Amino acid sequence: MEAHALHKSYGSTTVLDGLDLAIDRGTVFALLGSNGAGKTTTVRILSTLTSPDGGRATVAGHDVVRESRAVRAAISVTGQNAAVDELLTAEENLRMVGRLWRLGAAGAWRRADELIERFDLADVRSRRVRTFSGGMRRKVDLAMSLVGDPQVLFLDEPTTGLDPRSRQSVWSVISDLVADDVTVVLTTQYLEEAERLADRVAVMDGGRVIAEGTVDALKRQVGTEQVELVLASSADLDRAARALDVAANLTEGGHLSVASDGTAAHVRHLLNTLERHGVDVATIRLHRPSLDDVFLTLTGSSTGSSTVDRAEEVA
Amino acid sequence: MRDALEPGWVVSDSLTMIGRSLRLSIRNLDALITAVVLPVMLMLLFVYVFGGAIDTGTEYVNYVVPGIVLLCTGFGSATTAVSVAADVEEGIVDRFRSMAISRSAVLTGHVVASVVRNAFSTLVVVLVAVAVGFRPDAGLLPWLGAVGVLLLWVLAITWVSVCFGLLAGSAEAANGMTFTVLFLPYVSSAFVPVETMPSWMRPVAEHQPITPVIETVRGFLLGTPTGTTAWLALAWTVGLLVIAFVAATVLFGRRTAG
Repeated sequence: MEAHALHKSYGSTTVLDGLDLAIDRGTVFALLGSNGAGKTTTVRILSTLTSPDGGRATVAGHDVVRESRAVRAAISVTGQNAAVDELLTAEENLRMVGRLWRLGAAGAWRRADELIERFDLADVRSRRVRTFSGGMRRKVDLAMSLVGDPQVLFLDEPTTGLDPRSRQSVWSVISDLVADDVTVVLTTQYLEEAERLADRVAVMDGGRVIAEGTVDALKRQVGTEQVELVLASSADLDRAARALDVAANLTEGGHLSVASDGTAAHVRHLLNTLERHGVDVATIRLHRPSLDDVFLTLTGSSTGSSTVDRAEEVA
Repeated sequence: MRDALEPGWVVSDSLTMIGRSLRLSIRNLDALITAVVLPVMLMLLFVYVFGGAIDTGTEYVNYVVPGIVLLCTGFGSATTAVSVAADVEEGIVDRFRSMAISRSAVLTGHVVASVVRNAFSTLVVVLVAVAVGFRPDAGLLPWLGAVGVLLLWVLAITWVSVCFGLLAGSAEAANGMTFTVLFLPYVSSAFVPVETMPSWMRPVAEHQPITPVIETVRGFLLGTPTGTTAWLALAWTVGLLVIAFVAATVLFGRRTAG
């Protein structure tokens, strides 16, 4: 899947401003960004729901504009709103989609049964979706997206608004998909979600990708692990800074941060050194850069995302 | 831009969607009951409460039934507009659009279900009417004529409702827009002859689609002369149908793109 220089504006507001993406088959790719960064628009263009104003994109080897039908035959989309018929039962929803995927009546029944089993919906299969919790509804929604065995699955904020337990269960469903060689493109505001699911992450801001890579690579981009030392007094702080020669890293409130590879040996060495110099260390903390740090570092300086915000709401 | 879809699949997709919309209609019991019970109540109200005071030259029940049937289509159109708006609003249309299926099938489903719902509520109204003394004096052909005119009207008003559903941003707004369709019968010859209205209102009542449609149905069922009204009714309904169909197609394309 590839996107090249995608542009999209609504009125005078630019939502996508030269977006480039390349996503490998059979991987989970996360588009990470705050509200209005252009994630949803990207998914809508790649899933043929919206045409780009400029640039081009191919999904499963087909152009999203010129060969939209071929693209549609290869993909499934689960949007932000659960796209289910609330007045229909879980199995009726699944069978309807099965018919639309040309599985025939018997085929649609069979496929619905398989997915009901797989998503653990047997107890509620003949209940109307209206009576379901948010998490269950999302499961039915996901199951509907898998009826046609898509090569590519788009998930637009799959766990937004779910409680922690439902989130876990949706995550485990998505993890299982990878084993089936499905390419998953998911958008999320939750760094934890990207970290948990994605092989690669693209951080979006202001309608373009501002960083892209594996979770680890992105973290390295921000910095290494740090050992944070909380010292008993300011005299200890001075002594420690001299001993370790890290005056520049002094932080307020009796804290001292030292770059570290995070191994026990290094921490032991550090503490031994400090003890030799008579430094009284109260507590220590290991600080590993999280995707939050990556995200905040990368987007911290950029401006103008708030104007894009409104445009996406209108869209 | 879009590769063609085999006609066989268009039929298959449409059937699936018709099944969906019919099933949703049956499940949406409140709307179904409203669409049937309210017109029946209104009919009884008019026949037993106001009817005695209204002189139409015939048994009032015979006069009012065609009007009530048209009123019925107004209630039915609210259901259609609301379900179309809900589909667009809730994102299920996006699911359908992201599949390699016939694009028009969703709307076909709504329209066919609407016609079936209206046929059902009309049948109930006519049966209750017969129970309270409705005695049309018509042979088979005039009956077929009346049914034909009504079907055409239902189809036209359904497409108008689809437009409302697509124009409205939400199900609630769509419901509000159908007020126009609900109100039209009152300013027509549905309940009282147009001649009894104040002179300034008469042109409004005479030059809106409901009056000729009602008069044509009356003509067929009661044997009153229809004259040019039948052609007028035909022109109104076919005109409305064509305009609403084209508008709905354009709106559907626009509402679900971009």
